[in-house]
Amino acid sequence: MKIETLAPQLATIAEEPYYQAIGDETALFEAAYARRLPLLLKGPTGCGKTRFVEYMAWRLKRPLVTVACHDDLTTADLVGRYLIVGNQTTWVDGPLTAAVRAGAICYLDEIVEARKDTIVVIHPLADARRMLAVDKRGEMVMAPDSFMLVVSYNPGYQSVLKEIKPSTRQRFVAVDFDYPEAAVEAGIVATEGKVDIDTARRLVKLGELTRNLKGAGLDEGASTRLLVHAAQLIGAGITPHAACTAAVARALSDDPDMNGTLDDLVRAVF
Amino acid sequence: MTQRRLFGDELGKRLDEVLFASHSHRSATRIAEGLEALSRDRQERVLHWANVAAGTYAEIGYQIATLAPQAFALLDDAGFDAWALASLDAFDRQGGRAAMDLLRDIEGFRGARGGALAVAKFSDIEARLSRFIQGLSGRPLSLSADPEAGAAAWTDSETIHLPARLASLPRTEANRGLYKVLAVILWAQTRYGTFGSALVDLQAALAPWLETVDHARALRWLSVLEAVRLEAKIAVDLPGLAAEIATLRGPWPTVLTPMVARLSRPDATLADTLAVLSDCMAGGEDAPLLPHQVKIDPAAALRVRAARVARDKQILSRAINALKGSSGRPGPRDESMAPLAAEGGAVDFNLSDEALALPPEARAAAQSLLQDLGEVPPECLVPAGPGAWQPTERTDGGEGLADQREPDRRYDEWDYRRKAYRKDWCHLFESDVAPGDADYVAEVKRRHAGLIRQIRRRFEMLRGEDRMLGRQAEGEELDLDAAVDAIADSNSGMESSERLFRRRIRNERSLAAMFMVDMSGSTKGWVNDAERESLVMLCEALESLGDAYAIYGFSGWTRTRSDIYRIKRFDEAYDSTVQARIAAVAAKDYTRIGVATRHLTELLLRQPARHRLLVTLSDGRPDDYGDEYRGHYGIEDTRRALQEARQRGVRSYCITIDRQGADYLAHMYGAAHYTVLHDVKKLPLKIADIYRRLVS
Ligand SMILES: Nc1ncnc2c1ncn2[C@@H]1O[C@H](COP(=O)(O)OP(=O)(O)OP(=O)(O)O)[C@@H](O)[C@H]1O
Ligand SMILES: [Mg+2]
Repeated sequence: MKIETLAPQLATIAEEPYYQAIGDETALFEAAYARRLPLLLKGPTGCGKTRFVEYMAWRLKRPLVTVACHDDLTTADLVGRYLIVGNQTTWVDGPLTAAVRAGAICYLDEIVEARKDTIVVIHPLADARRMLAVDKRGEMVMAPDSFMLVVSYNPGYQSVLKEIKPSTRQRFVAVDFDYPEAAVEAGIVATEGKVDIDTARRLVKLGELTRNLKGAGLDEGASTRLLVHAAQLIGAGITPHAACTAAVARALSDDPDMNGTLDDLVRAVF
Repeated sequence: MTQRRLFGDELGKRLDEVLFASHSHRSATRIAEGLEALSRDRQERVLHWANVAAGTYAEIGYQIATLAPQAFALLDDAGFDAWALASLDAFDRQGGRAAMDLLRDIEGFRGARGGALAVAKFSDIEARLSRFIQGLSGRPLSLSADPEAGAAAWTDSETIHLPARLASLPRTEANRGLYKVLAVILWAQTRYGTFGSALVDLQAALAPWLETVDHARALRWLSVLEAVRLEAKIAVDLPGLAAEIATLRGPWPTVLTPMVARLSRPDATLADTLAVLSDCMAGGEDAPLLPHQVKIDPAAALRVRAARVARDKQILSRAINALKGSSGRPGPRDESMAPLAAEGGAVDFNLSDEALALPPEARAAAQSLLQDLGEVPPECLVPAGPGAWQPTERTDGGEGLADQREPDRRYDEWDYRRKAYRKDWCHLFESDVAPGDADYVAEVKRRHAGLIRQIRRRFEMLRGEDRMLGRQAEGEELDLDAAVDAIADSNSGMESSERLFRRRIRNERSLAAMFMVDMSGSTKGWVNDAERESLVMLCEALESLGDAYAIYGFSGWTRTRSDIYRIKRFDEAYDSTVQARIAAVAAKDYTRIGVATRHLTELLLRQPARHRLLVTLSDGRPDDYGDEYRGHYGIEDTRRALQEARQRGVRSYCITIDRQGADYLAHMYGAAHYTVLHDVKKLPLKIADIYRRLVS
């Protein structure tokens, strides 16, 4: 019997995403792509990992398939499953299979969140074999040269239950991400948040002050993303105080004492 | 934003939630009527305090709500807060009766508060202020209170000394603001070079007036002029803060006008201040008194700074030498290094144009030098050549009271100077904590009833994380994947499976947690109280979660006498014996933390769990009798012990109560995650949350 296959259509990114390079990450990505090596992006939340991958996908003119990992993500969610359409059994490729077939860039965001038994399906894909086993169909999909696997992970998380196994992480070329230095970050905040550079500088200063509190009451300081959010609120006419309180202070902590300190820091900068 | 008042029925409903969850026979209607006339702010205040109090003891919450209208007739908002808080204090110290008496005697309370209305207390602002200062700058500064009346605010460049009470302004809020401004000025003194740099020698500049009648006057002028200069510096990055300072000080006194013109520039340096200072001293006038006057004690600050600079230099040279050593490069001449001081005080080094990855400790030292001297001293950067720098080798002292008994175990200890283990160096003795007050735990549980209820609820949710198991022969719902496969199989003529269901199963957490509690002498008092209460909270949390856990205390007196105290073994239940042991956790001797880590890691490894977690609760630096373990040696050994644990699959997390600033922590805990609590009293409130974050 013939089984119909549904393969989702993947499109490339038409418009250049705004990405401010921080170091040599662009060159590294291109080199890894050329050598068909998978990439692991490490870094705190909101520092531009996702944006970077979007940008690289655009630059390399490859479609981008992003999967946000979570602990209910099954192998079938990644690889694909049978569905019944009418009285027909139809196979639908999962995002990973679709990306492999199309020679796309597949980005697994926050890979530690995925269950360990799900993660192993990427192992043969992430080493020299470069293939994906679609067990249910008894099929081996070989990745074309243009396929690339990128995963991200935030090493700052403290949960003992969430760690990448060495057998997984040692398949990847790893790139460290961090918040950029002040002047560069201010440029990003100004561009993304559509505020003047002075306001952006102050926001970045605030970010720096909160990052000094990491480990002393805060799990993480304010990310670039939060600073961009605050800038966007300011651009929409909210006062800087209110914008920073809502987008930065309250987003960082629920603890009333800590909120007091964060308010002080906001007031110190604006 | 003012919100509308709450009506009686709305108030009644919220009071019911707060107060009468368990006393349904009472009604909130009468209390609600009393509160209806209050402003929304005050209504919320009453609800807040009633809720807080009910968490301790329901009756106090009830009384606060009932008496609130009378209290507001006599007290302002701050007074009301103080009144409610005082009743909880009274309850903690003397019990329910005393609390009720205090609440009823509103008049008396107001009398006792009397003129004290405007006072701000250091203890009230300490936690928030110390976090704020830490936020401002990387280098840790600790805060300390001087109880003497009229004490001055000053800094020795590592500690900011503030008066225990401030009442110089008419309102409490304003005095709190003054605390902040004083602390910020003192922070700015250390940040922006009041005590000199490599180029400007403060001591020499002040020499002309030293030991003359003018000495004190010179120091007063210095303080005032620096206040002008530093405010302009602060305004560059922290304009909001500068505005706050300006508001508090009011306009500069007119005599200062010419000085302000010269110094109120962001690029003014200490050298400019000193030039103006000579002019001021040439005139005979005394410096005006500022509302945010601080004292400068150059001798004390320079002494502390000299010690710090020497230490930082040593750390940095050693790190650089170590890097040189490992890079295996030829002769020293072509290896000059250029420090690159980036904005925000970050420091990077280039070695022949190659970026050097300094270890965090050395990086911090370099940053600190940059802050103290305005540069990294060149002598640190020139390689010393082989053997030029040697760690000072101490004699193998510290032989303490050798115990007559045979130890239960012996453990190796890491000697960083030798880069080797000392074999079987530490003698470990394990014993039970002798049981103490059998009612202690019950009492803590009563006092924190509200919090414990909350903890239990949160943790039960964690445990409730279920998982669906597919392709089961039976279960509560159809497994679509399986069904589709079955149809496909039967369509293609194959035999189809009958395992078509999904079943919900409890997630097997399989986690064993070991808690290691500091019982060293330094924990005596608040820390010990907080530790014991925290253990109660932890036990409550873990009991509802179902994780396997054990609790051990540690203390020590030299390497031949390291004690591990059993509080709860993995196979013991949280019963009255364990509870009585928690009550008896006491401050004993010293903190030889490495050996304790090794032993408890060992015990943890015997647990058949998939994840193993070691949580350390301690109050700071490793330390032991006889000076050897104190300082670098202990830090390195602890770091090593944590690395060993890590390599054997034990994750560790360290909770530190360290009020002295935490410069060494990142290094020591290298392999472990950690958190620093500045306010010990918060530990019991936070501990369960910390654990929850670790395991979810
Ligand atoms: N280098 C950069 N160039 C341009 N924009 C950036 C850059 N870094 C951060 N941003 C901004 O920060 C936001 C957050 O970045 P992004 O979503 O890529 O973070 P992330 O690292 O993927 O975070 P997470 O780990 O939480 O998913 C972006 O939407 C963008 O506005
Ligand atoms: Mg992302």
